[in-house]
Amino acid sequence: MATFRIKRYNPEKQPEPYYEDFDLDIPKGATLLDCINLIKWTKDGSLSYRMSCRSAICGSCGMKANGHALLACQRQADSLLDKDGTVTIEPLGNMKPIKDLVVDFKPFWDKVNKVQPYLQTSAEAPVGKERTQSPEQFRLIDDTSTCIMCGNCYSDCNTLEVDDNFLGPAALAKAQRFVCDSRDEKTLERVTELSKPGGIWDCTHCAECVERCPKPAQPFHRIKEIMTVALEEGVHNNNGARHALSFTRSVKASGRLNENQLPVESMGYFNIKGLLELVPVGLRMLLKGKIPPIFHKSIDDVKDVKRIYKELNQ
Amino acid sequence: MKFALFTGCVAHGATRELMVSTKLAAQALGIEFVEMKSAACCGAGVVSEKSPLLADTLNARTIALAEAQGLDLVTICSTCQGQLKKTECHINGDEEYKKKINHLLSDGGHQYDGRKSRIKHFANILASEEGMRRLKERVVRPLKGLKCAAFYGCYVLRPSELSEFDDPDNPTALEDIFTALGATPVDYPSRTKCCGFPIVMMNKKASLEMAGNALLDAVESGADCVVTGCPLCHLNLDSYQPEIDKLLKKKYAIPILHLPQLVALALGHTPKELEMDKHIVSTTKVNRILASH
Repeated sequence: MATFRIKRYNPEKQPEPYYEDFDLDIPKGATLLDCINLIKWTKDGSLSYRMSCRSAICGSCGMKANGHALLACQRQADSLLDKDGTVTIEPLGNMKPIKDLVVDFKPFWDKVNKVQPYLQTSAEAPVGKERTQSPEQFRLIDDTSTCIMCGNCYSDCNTLEVDDNFLGPAALAKAQRFVCDSRDEKTLERVTELSKPGGIWDCTHCAECVERCPKPAQPFHRIKEIMTVALEEGVHNNNGARHALSFTRSVKASGRLNENQLPVESMGYFNIKGLLELVPVGLRMLLKGKIPPIFHKSIDDVKDVKRIYKELNQ
Repeated sequence: MKFALFTGCVAHGATRELMVSTKLAAQALGIEFVEMKSAACCGAGVVSEKSPLLADTLNARTIALAEAQGLDLVTICSTCQGQLKKTECHINGDEEYKKKINHLLSDGGHQYDGRKSRIKHFANILASEEGMRRLKERVVRPLKGLKCAAFYGCYVLRPSELSEFDDPDNPTALEDIFTALGATPVDYPSRTKCCGFPIVMMNKKASLEMAGNALLDAVESGADCVVTGCPLCHLNLDSYQPEIDKLLKKKYAIPILHLPQLVALALGHTPKELEMDKHIVSTTKVNRILASH
């Protein structure tokens, strides 16, 4: 017998959410969604959640099991039980619960719309056929095109937990779909917009989105691809781009990171407000003897590192 | 036990106490480290923003250096560990890519094989059967009464497909080490979360809030200190703690230890020898608890 501890919420009856335990014999091979269906059909018909295809195609049944987002139809229920035979089910995170496991996706869709998720080109559509791509061109957007908009990445995104302004992994992955589309003509405009606060450079690299993504879309990898395009396109006037460029230069010069130079160059030499922000932490570290050596030492054989940079035109 | 030690940049910079304590812990455990002095920075997931191929080539060069030494490679930073493993996973299984990388390395006299050296975080070494045996044998001051909250660092855990460290959602390596040292592991949800350091230059408020939420979680779970295997997490959780306090209107004052410091404490070294006085947040609470048992 397994216990499904489900987070219940019905603001029409009780303002605060609560947990309710349902005991169930898990049928052999049942998915988490099968079990939740059984609970609804046999124990409590008022339990609310979204579901449709049962085949990890529609992306409707995203929810949290033991604190992490997943598609309920994609996991065997018994693989989720803890040593006491319990699994805790909660609604997706970073979105407002509406009832039980149903959350409000509006901010999610607003952000997807914000990245203008459609092809922008002035080229005339070919008569009677599609705008084609070569297999190599398609390969650049193949992974993102598998996104089923389940919201799992959005739910567990560490930046979104503290900053609603962040576009989030799903919208940014969708943006990559068009930034890297050979037929789209708005690459520069797109990466300029995506380099603003709330965009690519606010991604904290936690890769939770990769872990939670049920498809090859894996947003963090796509976000990094946009970063590379933004740097190539010369969109450098922001802390994220300056940080990446300063870091890369530093390794070229000495084979190592220059920790004294990086914060200053990331802020920008003329960004007085930003530079002043560095003062308190800098002073604290100075007083404790934690400031990195002023004379930055190179690694042995830095010449070989410089040679690699040169061969790669970096 | 002999390893090629990839120190990373920060252990020679802003967290020199990590280097000191790593050496002392290794010495006390009879582990020999040969420092890789010509290895380049791992790129911290930042160089790859500029050029993924450049980052992979530099990291393949580092792995090739360890392979030429005939040693497994050990890291003392979750970020370095994550980046090197990522490169290994990118290259192994893609013969074309491997050829391309080796072509770039060949003029420097390096050759990446991908099977000769394993890449391990110091925590992996300690949590291995042999590491645990040595720890249990050589602990002279069990850390009785010290409640430790593990903070893993993202890169070592995720993407798990490329990090191959531990179960990304339920890792136990650090907690196993704490137990072997006589300390009490504290379970808390934030132990696998992000410290926020990668965006401290881009979105400071979000970065510090992330760190603050993790600290609050650790404190509320009863931890006396947070222990991390990542010097970058250490920087955000320790060096920025006064600003975090201000931002979240809290007063945590929770000491943040590097994993090798905790290990070396149990092996008989003093906080002074481990340069714990260099931390921004005072570690006297840890000393007091250890003295009272």
